[in-house]
Amino acid sequence: MSVKEATKAAPAPMRAAPEPPRPSKKNRSWDEVPRWQIYLPLSIYLLFTLIPFYWILLFSLRPAGSTSLVPWPMTFDHFEKVWTERSFGTYFQNSVLVGVVTLLMTTLVALAGGYALARFNFKIKRAFMLALLCSQFVPGALLLVPLFEIFAELQMINSLGSVILAETVFQLPLSIILISNFIKNVPYTLEEAAWVDGCNRMTAFRIVVLPLLRPGLIAVGSFAFVHSWNHFLFALMFLNNQEKQTIPVGLNTLMGADSVDLGALAAGGIIAAVPVVIVFAFIQKWLITGFSAGAVKG
Amino acid sequence: MAQAAAVAKPPAPPRRRRASATPRRLPYLLIAPAALLMLGFIAYPVLSVFYYSLQEYNPTKPWRNGFAGFDNFVHAFTDDPLFWDTLVFSAQWVFVEVGLQLLFGLALALIVNQTFVGRALGRALVFSPWAVSGVLTSAIWVLLYNSQTGITRYLADVGIGSYGTSWLSDTSTVFPAAIVADLWRGVPFFAILILADLQSVSKDLYEAAEVDGASRIKQFWHITLPHLKDAIVLSTLLRAVWEFNNVDLLYTLTGGGPAGETTTLPLYIANTSVDAHNFGYASALTTVAFVILLFCSMVYLRLSKFGGEDK
Repeated sequence: MSVKEATKAAPAPMRAAPEPPRPSKKNRSWDEVPRWQIYLPLSIYLLFTLIPFYWILLFSLRPAGSTSLVPWPMTFDHFEKVWTERSFGTYFQNSVLVGVVTLLMTTLVALAGGYALARFNFKIKRAFMLALLCSQFVPGALLLVPLFEIFAELQMINSLGSVILAETVFQLPLSIILISNFIKNVPYTLEEAAWVDGCNRMTAFRIVVLPLLRPGLIAVGSFAFVHSWNHFLFALMFLNNQEKQTIPVGLNTLMGADSVDLGALAAGGIIAAVPVVIVFAFIQKWLITGFSAGAVKG
Repeated sequence: MAQAAAVAKPPAPPRRRRASATPRRLPYLLIAPAALLMLGFIAYPVLSVFYYSLQEYNPTKPWRNGFAGFDNFVHAFTDDPLFWDTLVFSAQWVFVEVGLQLLFGLALALIVNQTFVGRALGRALVFSPWAVSGVLTSAIWVLLYNSQTGITRYLADVGIGSYGTSWLSDTSTVFPAAIVADLWRGVPFFAILILADLQSVSKDLYEAAEVDGASRIKQFWHITLPHLKDAIVLSTLLRAVWEFNNVDLLYTLTGGGPAGETTTLPLYIANTSVDAHNFGYASALTTVAFVILLFCSMVYLRLSKFGGEDK
């Protein structure tokens, strides 16, 4: 499946932003933007966006040594080679494991923290908020050495657990801020009504708030998954064993080889892209709401 | 500080009783996992970086390890031209990259905010590189830039440039080449954020402006742009910090080369600690980077009006 096809398959993207009906469409038409002013720049930009995607697809499908600009005759040799000889099969499993566990841990921990921030007033709330906002500026890349030492102390070097923990931690600040904003959007009175009906706080949360949080949780979970799927430095630093590596590290190894096997690199890249493209197609419609709900305005 | 949730509304009695029945500890229990993880894996490492910055610390030369005072910092500022080079390159990289991303992102957001046939597809395609990782971006552009079968070969076929050109290994072309590769992935970020903010511009304003006969360019300057101002400032700042911190792309695309031409400060730090094992010096450089980031985050907190969230 190509990147392009998958993106096309996105069902009704941006449903989140319906245009309110224009009251005076006829009167406005004199001022409508001329079509060419939309399509011309958009087409030029799309060329810039899509040629690189086409390029990697082309290299992954055409035989080694070919210089044809269409992937014909088509071959899947590169995929077979990269999946078995270059261990991308193993990397793929590792990356899925890291991505899914990071997603679950981030969502759960952020849900608890976000709920506390949205619904309670407590002593260290301001300090906690400040810590969250500031942590967004702390780059994991600059903490590689101390993190390595911590994981060495915990005997977690070469275990996927180290990468999962590190990815989760650096994903948390933004996730908590996002989720607490989503929870604030759910009226407190709904929860109160459930308490009056005899639910305890936990049950009320589960049956009243959680269903309404679904789009927000999907957005936050997808960010966590895509980030940990894409991220590279932690895996590079904390995993020395080839069987434990993840896809981005595998890609980097392919690029670093003395004579780069371009077909294998392209096939590896496509394998790296597929899950992200699926997730992206899936969350498209929540992307805009997810961000406007407070990613930036914190 | 008036907490919104604590403001008593008319049907208060049942809630009051319930609320007081919740243990006081509940909010602390809820933030405990997050707080502990962040203390252990963010706060503690940051503090240990400060500690090591004052130490001579190199696992490969243990006989020299020990307290060093401000030697590391003095060395960086007075005796290490590489430090200054990487600092200057970082500034260049962030400035050019963020400026261009903002410009193209704003233009794209305005375009895909119009109503036109194929808008949903157009948006999906325009935004698609957003989810692509730094390493994958590098892989794609390595394929495009490679000297044998890259884009230059086909350009040379039609008479532009010459065969065998490798933009990534030539010091005069590597900067624009890396900038374009990162733009490809970075523009959608701004486009998405600005498009999100465009959704909240009141249509009435445009209607009123039209009645008054304002041209579209005037509407843009006097309605759209002022409305977007906050979002633009905040996303620019966030992105600048992100571009400064992110080493994935340059690490894998150019490795900081050729001849150190594209080494940012964080990349230099990574090399100093990972390759040269000079942890003490790397920690001092990290501390300098933190001071720069701290300044940015203070500006960010001011702009985002921290603490005003409870209104």
